[in-house]
Amino acid sequence: MLKTIIPFGPQHPVLPEPLHLKLTVEDEVIKEALPALGFIHRGLEMLANIRDFHQTIQVVERVCGICSMMHAMCYCQGIEEIMGIEVPPRAKFLRIIWSELHRMHSHLLWLGRFADSFGFESLFMQFWKIREKVLDINEATTGNRVIVSVNVIGGVRRDLNSEQMRWILSGLSWVGDEIGRLETTLLSDYTVKKRTVGKGVLPKERAFELGAAGPTARASGIAQDMRMLGYSALDQLDFEPVVETDGDCYARGKFRFCEVLQSINLIRQAISVIPEGEMRVKVKGRPEGESFSRIEQSRGELFYYIKANGSKNLDRLRIRTPSFANIPALLGMLPGMWLSDLPVVVLSIDPCISCTER
Amino acid sequence: MFKMTRNVLKNLFSKKATRQYPRVARKPFERVRGALFNDIEKCTFCSVCALKCPSQCIKVDKKVGTWTYDPFACVYCGICVDICPARSLHQKRDYRNPVAEHETILLKDKPK
Amino acid sequence: MEEEVIFVSSDILVGEVAKIKVKGFRFVTMSCVELDGNTVNILYHFDKDLMLKHLRLTASKDSAVPSISSVYFAAFLVENEIQDFFGIRFKGLVLDYERTLYLDEEVKIKPFCRYTLEKSDQKEPVTPKNATGS
Repeated sequence: MLKTIIPFGPQHPVLPEPLHLKLTVEDEVIKEALPALGFIHRGLEMLANIRDFHQTIQVVERVCGICSMMHAMCYCQGIEEIMGIEVPPRAKFLRIIWSELHRMHSHLLWLGRFADSFGFESLFMQFWKIREKVLDINEATTGNRVIVSVNVIGGVRRDLNSEQMRWILSGLSWVGDEIGRLETTLLSDYTVKKRTVGKGVLPKERAFELGAAGPTARASGIAQDMRMLGYSALDQLDFEPVVETDGDCYARGKFRFCEVLQSINLIRQAISVIPEGEMRVKVKGRPEGESFSRIEQSRGELFYYIKANGSKNLDRLRIRTPSFANIPALLGMLPGMWLSDLPVVVLSIDPCISCTER
Repeated sequence: MFKMTRNVLKNLFSKKATRQYPRVARKPFERVRGALFNDIEKCTFCSVCALKCPSQCIKVDKKVGTWTYDPFACVYCGICVDICPARSLHQKRDYRNPVAEHETILLKDKPK
Repeated sequence: MEEEVIFVSSDILVGEVAKIKVKGFRFVTMSCVELDGNTVNILYHFDKDLMLKHLRLTASKDSAVPSISSVYFAAFLVENEIQDFFGIRFKGLVLDYERTLYLDEEVKIKPFCRYTLEKSDQKEPVTPKNATGS
């Protein structure tokens, strides 16, 4: 059998951002894959050493457009832990509400692209129509659709009044109804199942060994979700992680679908128990010390290591995004697969290369 | 075949799912972070906005009395609006229109 | 969330990491901090049941650090990235890109970053200085 080397990417219709894989293919079956990164590296970790630690919030938000609020929240949590600042309870609940809205927006975007990757364009348009409602909620409450910029060290910049909360709840019930209408099409259609069931299987032990994070791990049976840590008011809300056991593309699709419904539930709980109070505290002084902070981003576990030395700029800001951890897991899924199933499998780990390369 | 006929007839006679822009435009929401403007009579040239800006797009010269702003480097985060002590900076609800050349906004007043 | 930070040296590093793997920890990531011109601190982070554990290693940029990619395969990507950014070499890497992970093979200056930062007094802002003068 002759071996051929086929490049996948960096430009490909199914990839949102450039990722290059050198595939060694023998007669349509993939034998091994070699990743190559670096097409979109912007040097944001070095920029964090030049701007002062308040301006770094804006830098960190722009690491990824789809999950920008969660990057800012993780960074603020890390700095607040170093400086010993206590965030007011109302700000903690507001951060949770906006994070869960971001998670819904990210999963709806992914579900649309997933449908598009096997050619189901009308379902792609339907999911993105529902996503517009979430972006409208973002714009009306924070001022921007995607990069919302509401976090500051010590709290949040905008508040929600009761009329806005009622409007959010009615918008969420519309989203819940529309998603319910699409459930049978996505999950029980014969063609969808033929393209996704049994493709790109990652067994539970391999997922643990390769360090998979987030939906890639939870769809293979590892029940670990950083929201169980109870950061930022999540300890006062009722939360159970969603887990699937099959580990193939169908399980990952069904998993993200269930997570959207779980996020709607979390926002409803947060709105019903949010306390009154102020939204931010004043911050004085400069940070000195080290801290590690982790939260659950839409794609998995986000890890920040911050080192500060008492001056206005940080000494080191290290960001490890879940897409970076899922690339070795992707390399574990590929050997033995047909070449034509590759786009669906690469998309199923939700690759966000601008997060990976910062 | 008959299941599909019902869907086709329903879609033929219901209203469109998309807004017919530009004939119908949605009104922008309140407090949207659009284009940035400075009310130069109220400005005291304290340069707090220039110090705090994350993208360093504002330059203030207190002695001469100028406020320079690059609208293409600005990320429209609104931090300058929040901290301006004279409340002369504000953001409109509409975004800036596209232009053919790079422009910088220069506003002058008597130094205070 | 309690964290323990354990100091190790490069000869016992791989042994400690193997013991951690046997106990069932998952590999999270590695971080590298520059302490001064020639020394770096490499931190290894592991996780089990939502508890973090860290190892701290101090190394100089000239000597080669043993790689843990034979124990945890997922570490090869981070170690290649640290090679690209900080100019350290790891010996025993399972899949070594030899500093071409982010750069092309034609690039001669490695690490590519032409700026160094000068740590001045706390009152003044940090200015990036151009190292090669271009």
